[in-house]
Amino acid sequence: MDALFSQLFAGLSLGSVLLLAALGLALTFGQMGVINMAHGEFMMAGAYTAFVLQALIGDAGVSLLVALPLGFLVGGLLGLLLEVTLISRMYRRPLDTLLVTFGVALVLQQLARDVFGAPNVDVRAPAWLQGAVPVLGMNLPRTRLFILALAVTCVVVLALVLKLTPLGRRIRATVQNRDLAEASGVSTRATDRLTFFVGSGVAGVAGVALTLLGSIGPTLGTSYVVDAFLVVVVGGIGQLKGAVVAAFSLGLLQATFEYSTTASLAKVLLFVVIVAFLQVRPQGLVSVRTRSLA
Amino acid sequence: MTEQPTAPPDAGGLDPQALEAVIAAPGSRFRHDYLEVRGLRVVFDGFVAVDGVDLTVTQGDLRFLIGPNGAGKTTIVDAITGLAPATGSVQFGRVDLLGRPSHRIVRAGVGRTFQTASVFDELTVLQNLDIAAGAGRGPLTLLRRRHVVPPEVEAALETVGLAHVRDLPAGVLAHGQKQWLEIGMLLVQDARLLLLDEPVAGMSQAEREETGLLLQRIGEQRTVVVVEHDMEFLRAFAASVTVLHQGRVLSEGTVAQVQADPRVVEVYLGSGAHGRGRAARAGGPSTEVE
Amino acid sequence: MSAPATTAPAPNAAARPWWRHPRVRVWGGFALAAAVLLGVAPVVLSDFRLNLLAKFLCLAMVAVGIGLAWGRGGMLVLGQGVFFGLGGYLMAMHMKLADAGPGGVPDFMLLYGDGVVPAWWEPLRDPVVTVLAILLVPAGVATLLGLAVFRRRVRGAYFAILSQALAAAFAILLVGQQKVTGGTNGLNGFRSFFGYDLADPVNKRMLYYVAAGVLLVMVAVVRLLMVSRFGELLVAVRDQENRVRFLGYDPANVKVVAYAVAACFAGVGGALFAPVVGIVSPADVGVIPSIGFLVGVAIGGRATLLGPVLGAIAVSWAQTGLSEQFPSFWTYFQGALFILVVAFLPNGFATLGGLWRRRRGAAVPGPGDAPADPPAGTSAHADDPGPDPAQDAATAARTAGRHA
Repeated sequence: MDALFSQLFAGLSLGSVLLLAALGLALTFGQMGVINMAHGEFMMAGAYTAFVLQALIGDAGVSLLVALPLGFLVGGLLGLLLEVTLISRMYRRPLDTLLVTFGVALVLQQLARDVFGAPNVDVRAPAWLQGAVPVLGMNLPRTRLFILALAVTCVVVLALVLKLTPLGRRIRATVQNRDLAEASGVSTRATDRLTFFVGSGVAGVAGVALTLLGSIGPTLGTSYVVDAFLVVVVGGIGQLKGAVVAAFSLGLLQATFEYSTTASLAKVLLFVVIVAFLQVRPQGLVSVRTRSLA
Repeated sequence: MTEQPTAPPDAGGLDPQALEAVIAAPGSRFRHDYLEVRGLRVVFDGFVAVDGVDLTVTQGDLRFLIGPNGAGKTTIVDAITGLAPATGSVQFGRVDLLGRPSHRIVRAGVGRTFQTASVFDELTVLQNLDIAAGAGRGPLTLLRRRHVVPPEVEAALETVGLAHVRDLPAGVLAHGQKQWLEIGMLLVQDARLLLLDEPVAGMSQAEREETGLLLQRIGEQRTVVVVEHDMEFLRAFAASVTVLHQGRVLSEGTVAQVQADPRVVEVYLGSGAHGRGRAARAGGPSTEVE
Repeated sequence: MSAPATTAPAPNAAARPWWRHPRVRVWGGFALAAAVLLGVAPVVLSDFRLNLLAKFLCLAMVAVGIGLAWGRGGMLVLGQGVFFGLGGYLMAMHMKLADAGPGGVPDFMLLYGDGVVPAWWEPLRDPVVTVLAILLVPAGVATLLGLAVFRRRVRGAYFAILSQALAAAFAILLVGQQKVTGGTNGLNGFRSFFGYDLADPVNKRMLYYVAAGVLLVMVAVVRLLMVSRFGELLVAVRDQENRVRFLGYDPANVKVVAYAVAACFAGVGGALFAPVVGIVSPADVGVIPSIGFLVGVAIGGRATLLGPVLGAIAVSWAQTGLSEQFPSFWTYFQGALFILVVAFLPNGFATLGGLWRRRRGAAVPGPGDAPADPPAGTSAHADDPGPDPAQDAATAARTAGRHA
């Protein structure tokens, strides 16, 4: 019973990290079809934002609370810059976008290495996040709980924004029928930029959250971006709920595999499971079916 | 077989004589082919796009499917060719088609075109036709270079009047030429059931005329179903017509019979005559029937 | 009588001088490359430089395969490191077993593990089995993955992400199973290659000749594939997969063949890389090196025959030169290459060749100049690194868009 519960929590915790990493992608890849390999580096930028803030402010609690919105801003602005300079030219060439943004990722990584040094650095967790909360005889680390709560908050906020605000309506209109949206007076260019800003901003927030789990380094993003893309592939394109379900499913699966085998074998098993899953649902968990030839 | 025309057909123009060489196969093979659709139903996420359609098209018929937008015309073609999941039954030449993967349906003798001309832009006209002719080729043939142009490809080039541009990339062809190329590809792939989705869209009047005659000639030996919006074209060439409305068969018969059917008039002229809803809701181009 | 059967080449082929005929140009270029690789390079290069060139040639083998799968087949293969690694590790395992002392246990297993050779290592003591495994295992893995993925019409970005995830998983697996794979250090310290002493410079030279010969064979194979009907079909699948399906083919099979060939080439490249460089490690197979293979292909022109080879060699050469002197500069440079080439020169430097030819063509307008250009598609891209200019400019955007 204890083992089961601890598995469940490990899976949920892993899933919440995956979800944070994948949420921005669900917007940029899922809604816009842009494969942004630099997404991981936006997370890295968010993480270093937290690092710099802590050095400036000193108090771990205050700096964390400031870092969350500021990380959003840093990630978002980087994304905006990328969209305006490169991606906007390449909407018709999604696969090439992948390679171009990989180039951007390399440059950003090296930039971080030159500015902050190659070795990993640590960001202290605030006192109120240290230690664990006893639940049902288990000690659940407060940082993990915080990230879980943060992930859920981000999903809810994003879902509300998409559903209720004019921006959300514009995004959904553009996704469903770009030409029609344009003809109806929606500026698809502005919508693309905003979507990208928000998606990349969430990556920045995810980066800030990752500082709570361990030391951070220039290659922080690479280790998460592949998994994050898998979440979107499994979740399916077009809706956030697919990403949510996929993130927690993959998190739970990986935790289970890690428990019964080893961490390295778990990755391979997870890959096999995903390919097998795509045999049944090649469009992912949630898909918007259309009649189009493609 | 017929004599090949000696003079190279220079520009444009279909060559009906060359057609004989392509379609004049052993007659017995085509004798009993007919398309039989029973109770076809296609549902997209709860939306019923096709609702219990029955359709029988025999060889020698040139059947037109018409109806307002959203009537389910293209969806029926998609269902027959395995592109849309459907229930019911579809048989052609006594072979069940539903549930098979698309390429197997094609190998059972079914060929189709798409609303937007889809040819391989980077390949030449000749290469396009050669690929269409080669679905049955074994791996060894595939892995070799093409040394000789297959006779049926040669004849198809003449038939659709593209012999003079055989080595140009298909991407540079005019719109009408691309559609002819598609018809040529159907001929060489030896389809016995041809499903054509708006084959004359964007063609000039003269091109339509030629295409219509070509389709009539093909229809004598094969089973042809045409989805079309162009009423003038339909009146000139259709042997029979099926009118679809909101996923159901509304009327069926000759052009004259269908035009006289009050229900058809209602669907097409409904909004204009009564100043309200039906055709408009279906999104139909209500001015198509004069 | 049936219709007259004419031969395939364009009727206007006679209009151009014989030396501009595609076949002459391609095989002429091939002969030139063979002469340089087998004749000139061994004479003018020092042993050290020659060994370095052999390493570049191994990487170029991966690029040749990527050119076929990505350039002609439209499959963005982001995980070629897996196949490169499979080939490299298979060869390395054989060499470790062959080098092993009296107990037949490779040194690192005694160091990290319990000194017991796992059962799945044993067959690789046999050189024949090893060679067969190098040829078949990567191709087999690619076939399995390809069938599973392409049959279900998973393609474009989805396929790219899956192939990348495979590379990530494979690298993590290698690191994690240190007892049987050497972990992060990989496998190294090989002393002999099928019985030939690797410390002997003569044998190192021989290894170079083997690599050069294998690469030339691969290029020839890809050329034959490109001009075959299969090559035409592959381009057709790349541009309009559904249309091919409605001509009665299963596009999955077409793609799987190209993917498996690319995987096989990558495996062979890895297998030669191990003895040439003396080490194979997870750092050669993960996500970053896997994408790294693509930059040379993109620069050289993904859909051309020799472009990927030249691009891969040029990039590896630049990397060796630059990263020795300015390690951090190289990463910026590599990133910038990806950005500039892919965003602005989608067909690589082949585009520049095309522009140059067009300018020259504009200066000397000849009668029948336009039709004399080889048709885009197979011949234009296959024949020379400078494809047909007019077509390239026009089709670049369209094609790339359809790769999704």
